Amino acid sequence: MPGKMKRNYGICFAAVILGFLLLCLLFDTSLLGKKAVYFNGLIVIGMFYTIIVCSLNLLTGYMGEFSLGHAGFMSIGAYLSAIVTTLIKDNMELPSLVLFLIAILVGGIAAGIVGILVGIPALRLSGDYLCIVTVAVAEIVRVVLSNFGIPAITGSATFGKSFAGIAKVSDFHYVYFTMVICIFIMYCYIRSGYGRALISIREDRIAAAASGINVTKTKVLTFTISAFFAGVAGAIYAHYITTLVPTYFNFSKSAEFLAIVILGGSGSMMGSIVVAPILSALPQLISYVVPAFASYRMLIYAVILVAVMIFKPTGLFGGREFSLPNFLDRMLGKNKKEKG
Amino acid sequence: MAKFIQSLANGLNLGSIYALTALGYTMVYGIIRMINFAHGDFIMVGGFTLFYMIPVMTKIGLPAWFSVFAAIIVCVFVGVATEQIAYKPVRGQGSTTALITALGMSLVLENGALVLFGSAPRNVPPMFDLPLLKFGEITIPPQTVLTLAIGIVAMILLTLFVRYTKLGKAMRAVPEDKIASTLVGINVNRIITITFAIGSGLAAVASMMYTTSYVSIKNELGITLGLKAFVAAVLGGIGSVPGAMAGGLLLGIIEIMVKVYMLPGTYEAVTYLILILVLLIRPSGLMGKAVSEKV
Repeated sequence: MPGKMKRNYGICFAAVILGFLLLCLLFDTSLLGKKAVYFNGLIVIGMFYTIIVCSLNLLTGYMGEFSLGHAGFMSIGAYLSAIVTTLIKDNMELPSLVLFLIAILVGGIAAGIVGILVGIPALRLSGDYLCIVTVAVAEIVRVVLSNFGIPAITGSATFGKSFAGIAKVSDFHYVYFTMVICIFIMYCYIRSGYGRALISIREDRIAAAASGINVTKTKVLTFTISAFFAGVAGAIYAHYITTLVPTYFNFSKSAEFLAIVILGGSGSMMGSIVVAPILSALPQLISYVVPAFASYRMLIYAVILVAVMIFKPTGLFGGREFSLPNFLDRMLGKNKKEKG
Repeated sequence: MAKFIQSLANGLNLGSIYALTALGYTMVYGIIRMINFAHGDFIMVGGFTLFYMIPVMTKIGLPAWFSVFAAIIVCVFVGVATEQIAYKPVRGQGSTTALITALGMSLVLENGALVLFGSAPRNVPPMFDLPLLKFGEITIPPQTVLTLAIGIVAMILLTLFVRYTKLGKAMRAVPEDKIASTLVGINVNRIITITFAIGSGLAAVASMMYTTSYVSIKNELGITLGLKAFVAAVLGGIGSVPGAMAGGLLLGIIEIMVKVYMLPGTYEAVTYLILILVLLIRPSGLMGKAVSEKV
């Protein structure tokens, strides 16, 4: 029913705008006072986590394969976008929006290219072995970044093992819409023919291949898209935090992303969208109040992760999607008529 | 030439630590087809046990290396507890659940150690008072001989155990066919627990070898060591006991050679590159059996 679809899109669009206005109200006015800068940062971190966790969920939930190397793709996006924007920044004046768009595109494309290069040979493997290969790729990226300093190309930024002085253009207004667009694209991808082919591969690879689906192509495409969005998240991170250190993108970071995907429910975009900002911002908020909490953070995640695996392996949302229009219908009691 | 032999000795030293760790991976993988990510962290646990037990041992007048028995007890306890609490409930729920659980347990141990012992590196006091072996210009650290000897003895014992004892036979039977082994009277759960106990005991021995060679330990030690030992296990052919040994020694030698003769900072990248190449070209490793996929 196109009419209903139009209405549903309308509701989602309205919700997105409403969310944006709410954030603007919080941060662009002096409602929060001096703490606004701090909370602003938390929101940006929450949003880039959401993008990378959703991109990982694309692999974990819909392709049924694990990547423990997403921090590697993220670091590629972060470093390359930072190099490009630093070069541009020194040579010409550009509005920050343009610089931001260039950054996320460069970051995404760079990570995507690496995704293709890794995906074509590696996706012949599956399960544990593929997972280990992604770890290996991320570790190689990290070792390379921490050993070969980027040569000093420009005057304004200090290059080398750590990379400082990146333009701070990840403003939450831009990041918010980037996040919405990224999620929208991923959502469309899952709903498309490719996405359905992907889910059929997850369910039964051999049956999918027998019914004419090009398994390798679909897998590589998904892997590339996932890497692309990881790169976008990396670019956002780089242009928010402004100083990159290779050790940030280590194995633990990848494990953290995977943990968030699993906790939210692999195969549920909504699970990632809800859980990622909470799990990235909440620990920081708590350690803001109780400083000792910082060292307990990963322990608590890990215990929850194991407990979820034992008691509810499907995660919080368990592969279900939450639909705002249907939720509204149910709240207003309209759903019964539609079903009949 | 002297430099080469020196590096070879260092490589064997590092390699035998990898080998002993890889043995633990291979044992567990061989029996339940699961990458036990937490295995590297068992070594970290063993290292901290040694750190706290060595002063106690010297105080009560026993030789310091007796603390390795304490480490074995603690590691076996942690290993079996991990298996019973976390892995047993998820057994039979598919390999992905097992993988995530193993990763989760690794994070639990690593961050538990962070909470308990802090993030500062600790220096484990020396356990052995051995003289340096000198051959002309070449100085072979005594622990090299020791670690290599312990590694080879462990491998031979393990091979004999798996091949000739009744328990070993049961261990080989379980991965072949779980239901059939239950039918012939093998207690599968018990076999898996015993495998974990042996693997964790080996981890304690590996932690002794690690601390005598590298002294400094910290809570993050398990991740890198575990990953590299896994590379060694894959290189040798996962599931094969001699393969793990060979893979470990080979990897140790390669790492040291790259460190000495090529770019020193890149040896880790080389290790992971080897892993990728092995998995892509010959996934069954040097000594493993190729398993074809059942349709």
